[in-house]
Amino acid sequence: MTSRKIEVLVGLFVALAIAAFLLLSLKVANSGMTGSGETYMLYAKFENIGGLKVRSPIKVGGVVVGRVRSIELNTEEYSPIVAMEIDSQYNNFPETSSVAILTSGLLGEQYLGLQPGFVDETVSILKSGDYVEDTKSAIVLEELIGQFLFNRGSN
Amino acid sequence: MSDILVDIQHLTFKRGDRVIYDDMSMQFQRGKVTAIMGPSGIGKTTLLRLIGGQLKPEQGKILVDGQDIPQLNRKDLYKARQKMSMLFQSGAMFSDMSVYDNVAFPIREHTRLPEELIRLMVLMKLEAVGLRGARDLMPAELSGGMARRAALARAIALDPQLILYDEPFAGQDPISMGVIVRLIRSLNNALGLTSVVVSHDVNEVMSIADYVYVVAEQKVIGQGTPDELRSHPSALVQQFLQGQSDGPVPFHFKAASYSAELMELAK
Amino acid sequence: MIVDKLQQLGQHSIAKIQGMGRATIMLFGALIAWPTPRKSFPLLLKQLYVVGVLSLLIILVSGLFIGMVLALQGYTVLSKFGAEQMLGPLVALSLLRELGPVVTALLFAGRAGSALTAEIGLMKATEQLSGMEMMAVDPLRRIIAPRFWAGVISMPLLAMIFTAVGILGGHLVGVDWLGVDGGGYWSAMQANVDFQQDILNGVIKSAVFALIVTWIALHKGFDAVPTSEGISQATTQTVVTSSLAVLGFDFILTAVMFGG
Repeated sequence: MTSRKIEVLVGLFVALAIAAFLLLSLKVANSGMTGSGETYMLYAKFENIGGLKVRSPIKVGGVVVGRVRSIELNTEEYSPIVAMEIDSQYNNFPETSSVAILTSGLLGEQYLGLQPGFVDETVSILKSGDYVEDTKSAIVLEELIGQFLFNRGSN
Repeated sequence: MSDILVDIQHLTFKRGDRVIYDDMSMQFQRGKVTAIMGPSGIGKTTLLRLIGGQLKPEQGKILVDGQDIPQLNRKDLYKARQKMSMLFQSGAMFSDMSVYDNVAFPIREHTRLPEELIRLMVLMKLEAVGLRGARDLMPAELSGGMARRAALARAIALDPQLILYDEPFAGQDPISMGVIVRLIRSLNNALGLTSVVVSHDVNEVMSIADYVYVVAEQKVIGQGTPDELRSHPSALVQQFLQGQSDGPVPFHFKAASYSAELMELAK
Repeated sequence: MIVDKLQQLGQHSIAKIQGMGRATIMLFGALIAWPTPRKSFPLLLKQLYVVGVLSLLIILVSGLFIGMVLALQGYTVLSKFGAEQMLGPLVALSLLRELGPVVTALLFAGRAGSALTAEIGLMKATEQLSGMEMMAVDPLRRIIAPRFWAGVISMPLLAMIFTAVGILGGHLVGVDWLGVDGGGYWSAMQANVDFQQDILNGVIKSAVFALIVTWIALHKGFDAVPTSEGISQATTQTVVTSSLAVLGFDFILTAVMFGG
């Protein structure tokens, strides 16, 4: 076994491993928001965040525009505040926009659906650090059942 | 430059509780072939390992060219080892390299000589042991005797001052025996080496040694030139030299009385 | 009787601890003193070939089959919940986080680890290590160190190849055979696999396993009793001990990385 042949084979081995690594990192892992550039922060207050987690996606019409940076409890009102990290190229959200906690599929994980609102002369654009006023909290199953029973009972 | 290359002074070595050597002293003269003989199991290989620094004695000094081997630190020990070579009983050739690469190994490891020069040296050493034509064979393809000769070529690759031979004649056919005997003597003279041969092959050893130590019972029981030894008064030495089956080393392993054991069956 | 057993247990434990001490000394001896690149790189290359390249076949085949089986079994369960589109993440996460590093380590221990132990044990039995020492060449640096680095480098590489092939195997079975949507396979995967959390953690795991398996294999060979019986015992011990160690450390690492 000449050393030239050994070198070639070991080189191929390492090349194969690098190819595998590239496959894994590009096709398998989410090549999403992390590291694709600049972002700015928006905040939203909810009554119940349900199953929302840090790093959950923020989607507009199904397209990922950002990720949840952090979820904290406001110390005065004891209501959850979600910090949203949005890609800087989407910086045109008017203050009339709404954000809701939605579930992908029946068993899927929860994400934030951002809906741009209407624009006219009185409406300003959200800047970094602003709060989105219109929020819809997560659907809690117990409340839903309670509502259902309440409605049934009153019929 | 003193006459004595290896000076062993008051060596005591134990393995666990067993005493192998008890206050033993020996001197090996520069440029001569000195033999160490004795019954099997007394630890002759151990002595070579002690000289080479692979084992440390309980007490005593082992001076090789003035340096006390057991006292050396790792770096100095490795330096000291470059002046000595050991020929193992099995040859200890590296099985994944050819004979050529085996002989070239110490040269490549310890010098930065160019390959052309290394080639010359390897060919010369192989020529000295008569294996120049076998240089491309792998160790597995060599017979026992040839492997030992190849190992010998490797041992002299860097022209050491001292060669330690561990049972070089063991299990050899008469022809190979003759070859090795001739090589040990001629290399010793040609290269000005000091050779220490550990063996229990009396005839072979007596024919080439300049000086002989007979070791038994943890110390030296007889020493001298081959002629002096042949007329040595000790009964143990005589039994060993003449190969007598019974004498100070008894034929029967220690046991109870023979008639008593036989009579037990009859009871 | 009980006292005897306790004494045996004590002696046994002390022997094991002594063994670990010798193993550590061996490792330090092999790693300390930075080797000269001119001499040591060819040695490393040769060992990368022996340890890495020659293990490729078993890794590729195993990876493929395990990926395919995962897809097959996973589909059966997921289809009950109508969640077939999660097949991609199932295969990918199982492989990346657990099966890739662990199975690669076990296969490596069996194939390359036992070969290393046997080779070094044999060198010890035929006095090649002793001979090298007497020639003033440190066998730790020349024999042990290249094999150590070769093992530590190649195992994570093999684990990545295993995982990638497994995911492709899962695609083969899931998409081409069972009819899961191809685009869905990859996009669900992308949505659920995180680079740092899953891929990097998997690589860290396989690096830790590589260290453990290679170290054990080299130590058992270096420490072996130099008879044919001793070598066969040492080889068996390598496979058993490293497999157990890998599984044990897998639990610890999983708890640390993915636990609550």
